Amino acid sequence: MNLTTLLPLMLVASSLVPGVIIFFLDEKQVVARISLNMAGALLKLALAGVMLWGVVHGYHYEIRLPLLPGIDLFLRAGPLAMLFVTLSATLWLVTTVYAIGYLEDSPHRSRFFGFFSLCVTATAGLALAGNLLTFLLFYELLTLATYPLIVHRGTEVARLAGRNYLIYTVGGGALLLLATVWLYTLTGTLEFTARGFLSGLDAVHHPALIVIFVLFIAGLGVKAALLPFHGWLPQAMVAPAPVSALLHAVAVVKAGAFGIVRVVYDVFGIEFAADLGLTLPLALLASATIIYGSVRALFQDDLKRRLAFSTVSQVSYIALGVAVVGPIATIGGLVHLVHQGIQKVTLFFCAGNLAETLGIHKVSEMNGVARRMPWTMTAFTIGAFGMIGVPPLTGFISKWYLGMGALDAGQNWVIFILAGSSLLNAAYFLPIVYAAWFKPPPPAWPHERSFGRFETAWALLLPPIVTAALTVSLGLLASSPISPLEWARFIASREFSP
Amino acid sequence: MTGDIVGIPWAVLLILLPLMGGMACFLLPSLSKSLGLVCALAILVAVGGLGWQLAENGAQRYAIGGWGAPLGIDLYADGLSLLMLVMAALVGLGVSVYSSAYFNGDKARHFWPLWLFLWAALNALFLSADIFNLYVTLELLGLAAVALVALAGGAETLNAAMRYLLVSLLGSLFYLLGVALIYHSFGSVDIAILAQRMESSPAVWSAVGLMSAGLLLKTALFPMHFWLPAAHASAPAPVSALLSALVVKAPFYILLRLWLEIFSPTGAEPGQLLGQLLGLLGAAAVLWGGIQALRQTRLKLLIAYSTVAQLGYLFLAFPLGTSMAWKGVLYMLLSHGLAKAAMFMAAGNILRFCGHDRITDLDGVAQRLPLTLAAFSLAGVSIMGLPPSGGFVAKWLLLETSIRSGQWWWAVILILGGLLAAAYIFKVIGHAFTQAEVPSKPGVVPARMEWTALMLAFAAILLGFIAPAVFELMAIGTPVSGVAVG
Repeated sequence: MNLTTLLPLMLVASSLVPGVIIFFLDEKQVVARISLNMAGALLKLALAGVMLWGVVHGYHYEIRLPLLPGIDLFLRAGPLAMLFVTLSATLWLVTTVYAIGYLEDSPHRSRFFGFFSLCVTATAGLALAGNLLTFLLFYELLTLATYPLIVHRGTEVARLAGRNYLIYTVGGGALLLLATVWLYTLTGTLEFTARGFLSGLDAVHHPALIVIFVLFIAGLGVKAALLPFHGWLPQAMVAPAPVSALLHAVAVVKAGAFGIVRVVYDVFGIEFAADLGLTLPLALLASATIIYGSVRALFQDDLKRRLAFSTVSQVSYIALGVAVVGPIATIGGLVHLVHQGIQKVTLFFCAGNLAETLGIHKVSEMNGVARRMPWTMTAFTIGAFGMIGVPPLTGFISKWYLGMGALDAGQNWVIFILAGSSLLNAAYFLPIVYAAWFKPPPPAWPHERSFGRFETAWALLLPPIVTAALTVSLGLLASSPISPLEWARFIASREFSP
Repeated sequence: MTGDIVGIPWAVLLILLPLMGGMACFLLPSLSKSLGLVCALAILVAVGGLGWQLAENGAQRYAIGGWGAPLGIDLYADGLSLLMLVMAALVGLGVSVYSSAYFNGDKARHFWPLWLFLWAALNALFLSADIFNLYVTLELLGLAAVALVALAGGAETLNAAMRYLLVSLLGSLFYLLGVALIYHSFGSVDIAILAQRMESSPAVWSAVGLMSAGLLLKTALFPMHFWLPAAHASAPAPVSALLSALVVKAPFYILLRLWLEIFSPTGAEPGQLLGQLLGLLGAAAVLWGGIQALRQTRLKLLIAYSTVAQLGYLFLAFPLGTSMAWKGVLYMLLSHGLAKAAMFMAAGNILRFCGHDRITDLDGVAQRLPLTLAAFSLAGVSIMGLPPSGGFVAKWLLLETSIRSGQWWWAVILILGGLLAAAYIFKVIGHAFTQAEVPSKPGVVPARMEWTALMLAFAAILLGFIAPAVFELMAIGTPVSGVAVG
C-alpha cells in the first residue's frame, strides 16, 4: 500500500474517523469536539489540494477492495471526482466553522457533528466512486446520515419533514439499485469510463437501456430535486441553517446532480445517450424544473423556503448543461456545480444569521435590515446577484457558457429558458435586496440578540464573507489556470470525441 | 501444532460443550452465569477449530463411536453447516453476554440450562448426517424453545407458548411421517445414501410434501406464520433474539439440506412446481410481513413481523435455483440472524428503560439510549438491505439472479420488501428522535446490554465488507453447487 492508494482512502477517512470519535464525546467536551472537527476539515482540504496537484501532474490515485463477487469497492480520483471533492472539502470547512458558531449551547451537539461528518464522508466517497456500486453505497450512506440532521430539532414538524425526506430518497435509492443491478446483468461491469461503456452493447438491449436511464434519472433526480421529485427539499427547511447549507450546497442536492453527470457521461456516454434520444427529454425536464422552481420561489414569504425553491431551479442548470449535448454547455453545467454551491451556501449562511441574530424568518420582515447587519447583507447581495447572473460574478460565467453551449449545439430554445429564469431570479431576489438596503427598518426586530463588537458572532459572520469573496473572485479570475472553469474545460475535453 | 488442531474432533465438541455446560448449570445453579459464558466462548473456539479443519481438509464426516452409517450416528460438516454454526456461535455469544445482565435470580437459574440445551440441539442439528437425527434434534430444539418462551410468565405469554408448543409438535410430526415414508422406500435415513438411491416416485413426493409442510410450519412461512409474532414478541428479549435469529432458521436449514442434496437433483416436475410455490409463499410473506410490521403499535411485535417478512426472502431462491441465489439466501440468513438478534436486544433495552414498547411514545430514546438506538438503526440498515451491510449483499445477489434469469417479478418483490422495511424501521427511529419530558422513573439499562446489541448490529454491517471471504468458506464441500431448478 503506497501513497497513491492511500490518499483516496485518507480523504474519505479524514471526516469518518473524527465523526465516529465525536459520537462518543460528552456534550461538555467542547474543545475536543471543535478541534476534531476543524482538524478533519483542514486535513480533508489539504488532502484534496495534494490530490488536485497530483491529478494535474498525471498521477493516478485509486484503491480497490473486493466487495461483492466480481465487483469492487473502487475509489478513483479522476478530474470530475476532484471537481466535486474540492468543492465539498472547501464548503465543509466553512460550514463547519459556521455550524460551531450556530449551534453554540444547543443540545445534542456530539450527535449533530457526528452525523455532519458522516454526511461529508459520504459526499467524498461518492465523488471518488470509480464504479456505480461504490457510488450507490455512498449515496445511500448520505441518505442515512442526513436523516438525523433533518430531524435534529426533535419537533413533530421535524419528524414529518424527515419522514418525507426518507419517502423520497429511499424510494429514489431503490430505483437506483434496480437500475444498477439491471445494468450489471447486461454489461458485467459498472466501472465509470470516459465516454461511457454502453455504446458497444447489442441494439437488442437498447429499449432496456432506455428504461434503465429513466430509472437512473428518477433515482438521482430525487436528490437533485428534479421535477416532480423536489417536494422534500422545501420541507426539509425545518432543519438548522448549517444543515440547509449542507443539503443545498455541499452534499445532498449536489450528490444527485453529480450522479446525473456521472451516469450521462461516464456510464452511457453523452453521444450514445443523445443517439438513444435520451438527452432532449432530460433537457426539457431540467428546463421545466428551472422555470417551475423560480415561479414557486417568487411566492414564498419564508426566506428559507424561497431559497429552497431557488435551489430547485438552480441545480437543474447542471442537468440542463449536461443534456444540451455539447462541449461548451458541458463546461457550463459542470462549473455551475461549483458556482451554485458557493452562492447558495452564502445565501443560507446569511439567512441563518438573520434568524439567529434578529429572529427574522420572513422576507417581509427584512426591511432595512442591511443597516443593522451590513456585512451579512453585503454577502447576501453578492450571492443573490450571483444567482441572477450579474457579471462578473460566478453565476454569470455559468449562464454564459450554458447559453453559448446551447447556441453551439443548435438548441436555441435554451436561451429563452435562461433569460426567463434570470428574469424570475431577479424578480424574487431584487425586492429582498432593495427592501434590506433602502427601506426604513422597523422600530424593533422580532427577536434580537446582541453579540458584542460585531453585528453577529464572528463564527457566523466569517463564513458568508469568505464564500461571498469566492463568488466574486472565482468570477473575476474565471480564466486563470486554477479556476473551476478551467478545470471544467479540462473535464469536458475528455468527454467529447475530438 | 496444526496437525493437533486439525486432529481434534471439533464437531463432537460443538455438541458436547453446550450439553455438558447445560448439565453443569442445572447442577450448580449458583455458577450458571459464569459457566454459560465460559461455554459460549469455548463454543466460539470450537467453531473456529472446525472452520480450520474444514479449510484444511474439506468437508468432514465423523462416525461417533466408530460405528458409522447405516448403523451408528454420523456427523457431517461442510461449508453450509459451518455457516450455520458460526451464526449460532456469534449470536449465542451475544445472547449469553446479554442474558448475564438481563436475567437474575430464579429466572437465571431456569434460563441457563435451557439455553445451553437448546444450543446443543441446534449444533447437533446443523451437524446431523441423517434425516432421523434431524428429527430428534428438531424436536429437542422445539421443546427447549417453548420452555424458554414460557420463562417470561404471565397468562398471555403462556398462551403464546402453548400455541408454539402445539405448532412445534405438529410440525415435527409431519416431518417424522415423511421420514418414515422415505425409510420405508429406501431403507436408509442417511442423507448421503439417500442422495444416491433417490428417484422420483409418488411415495417420495408424498414424503417431500409432508416433510416440507412440517418444516414450513416450524419456520413460519406465510401463511403458517400465525404463531410466530405472539411467541417471539412475548418472550423475554434475549429469548426473542435467539428464536428469531436461530431457532426458526433450523427447520429452514433442514429443508435446504434435503432440497439441495436429495430432492432437487431428481429434477422432476413436482419439484419445480414446489419450488415455484415456495417462491410465491416467500414473496407473499415479504409483503404481508412488511405490511403487518408497519401496522404494529408495539415495538416487539413490529420486529416479530419483520422476521416473518425476512423469512420470506429465504424462499425466493427456490424458484431461482442457481448457486448465486443460494449464496444470496444464505447470506440473508446469516445477516438477518445477527441483525435481528441485535434488534430484539435493542427492543429489550428500550422496554426496560421506558417500561413499555409503544412506538409512538418512544420520545427521547435517541438522546438517552444512544447506543441502543444506534444498534437498532445499524441492524435496520441490514434488514432494509441498504449498503454497506450483509443484507445488501444478499439482496444484490438475489436481484442479480432474478433479473438474469428473466424472473424479474422476484426483483420487484425484493425492492418492495426493502421499501416496506425502511418504512417500518424509520417509523421507530423517527419517534425515538422526538423530544418529550423524561418518564417518571426510567429503568436502568446495564452497559453490557447496550454494547452487546451494538456489537451484533455492527457485525451485520461488517458482513457487507467481507462477502468474498464468507462465500469461500461457504463453498467448502460445495453444498450449493447450483442445481438449476425450473
